[in-house]
Amino acid sequence: MSSIYHTLAKVLDNRKVGASFYLLVLQDSAIARNAKPGQFVHMRIGASCDPLLRRPFSLHWVEGDSFEILYQVVGRGTGLLSQVRRGEALDLLGPLGRGFDLKGVRSPLVVAGGLGIAPLLFLTQKFSGERPTVLIGGSTKEEILCEERVRALGAEVRIATEDGSSGTKGLVADLLATTLSSHRSVFACGPTGMLKEVAEICQRKGVSSQLSLEGRMGCGVGACLGCGVKSKAGGYKRVCSDGPVFHSSEIVL
Amino acid sequence: MVDLSVKIGALELKNPVMVASGTFGYCTEYGDLIDISRLGAVVTKAITLHPREGNPLPRIWETACGILNSVGLENVGVEVFLKEKLPKIRSMATKLIVNVAGSEINEYVEVVRRIEGEGVDGIELNLSCPNVEKGGMTFGRDPQLTHQVVSEVREVTQLPLLVKLTPHAAAPEEIAQSAISAGCDGLTLINTFLGLAVDIETRRPRLGGGRGGLSGPAIKPLALHLVCEVARKVDVPVLGVGGISSGEDVIEFILCGATAVQIGTANFVNPETALNCLDFIRDYCKRKDIERITDLIGKVGV
Repeated sequence: MSSIYHTLAKVLDNRKVGASFYLLVLQDSAIARNAKPGQFVHMRIGASCDPLLRRPFSLHWVEGDSFEILYQVVGRGTGLLSQVRRGEALDLLGPLGRGFDLKGVRSPLVVAGGLGIAPLLFLTQKFSGERPTVLIGGSTKEEILCEERVRALGAEVRIATEDGSSGTKGLVADLLATTLSSHRSVFACGPTGMLKEVAEICQRKGVSSQLSLEGRMGCGVGACLGCGVKSKAGGYKRVCSDGPVFHSSEIVL
Repeated sequence: MVDLSVKIGALELKNPVMVASGTFGYCTEYGDLIDISRLGAVVTKAITLHPREGNPLPRIWETACGILNSVGLENVGVEVFLKEKLPKIRSMATKLIVNVAGSEINEYVEVVRRIEGEGVDGIELNLSCPNVEKGGMTFGRDPQLTHQVVSEVREVTQLPLLVKLTPHAAAPEEIAQSAISAGCDGLTLINTFLGLAVDIETRRPRLGGGRGGLSGPAIKPLALHLVCEVARKVDVPVLGVGGISSGEDVIEFILCGATAVQIGTANFVNPETALNCLDFIRDYCKRKDIERITDLIGKVGV
């Protein structure tokens, strides 16, 4: 197992990139140099005991000693995070969790639902030589994030929006059903309903799929048994330490 | 040189800072992040006779300066614990206390019987879990049942025996006396306080298990008060636990009668909390010319 670091990362930028989406750029060599796609950092927000718990964020992009986090303001923690300014420092544990399994990947297809693109841009970075197919979905075009950056990595990008404001009208899972052909490895992140459909479509076509999950976490290192996902083998697996990325064959959504 | 060592019955700790059951997994999860050998002792997740799946998700809900949890004693069971988890903990050069839970008296006895002779340093009986239907807090609220389970466990073990109490007994000192008269060597005060959070959109509890146990800084004054009340009435060491997040908190608990303390929820916030507490209490003793940490126990002026 690789090491976990507890560091103070320097904030290089924290800017609004959509209605409620923000891009945070941080500098920390230990995390940047050891991070694998699909892993996350566990961030303390503020120095007081309210909010008390750390918040987990996927690694979105890694370059040299710096890395990015794409987040949405959904509550108090992320609201406070959106106020953090360049030059401040953030207390992080990371890189944490089991990322995507990249062994023997052939013809990758990546499926992102809304903020699900967060861990998948870093993954697509690793596939840039292989011309991956990347499907990005959202309810409206405002939820289609990172389209240009994904294209710049040499990926073939297709878009689906529920209201038809960009790309195909409909769900990204339906787009997957019509796109999936010669691909042998599917990687997905997004709402649970979408992940469930992705897993089913892949299973029907005999393609392996890896899913990146969210969890309501305490410790982030597998100690508190707070987060979990039902295991096919019975009981629960830890999202934080057994995941957050799982082969769909391991879990029940 | 300040002497930080403390004794709990026959259990000798190099310092009074431990980590609390349920917040430190099987004691190896934080191995990359802190030097566990510096801790006075570690306490495992509660171990039961058979593996337990635990309660439905979600299991954690953050509240103001605290968390509600309803994990429901998920654990691998004593057999897997002994075979797979214990060998890894034994190499960590700190004292190891195994927290034991059960749904009935025989289960506690059987788990302890299997742990006896396996090279652990102590047992902490969990008579206080709020998140299970049978066992746990049901025992710890009843003086007779407490006496019965502690005395039956006492018969099968020579190991130092701690009893972890619930704050929800009508008279905690009565439960404490029952445990002591049944032969325990120390009392851990306290487990979590029952609490509830509700989603007003769905009108359902936030936790899959319904209610949960509240921990974190929110409960510190409540825990400190109970430690103070019980410690002055009993003649066995008290281990203080409940919302401790800093060295100042540790000194407060010791002044109120705790011989040692357990860091719980604060491990999630900052894994170095226990080690920071240790550095603080050493400096505090130096600054106050205190030679032995034990000189501070119970020295609060109330």
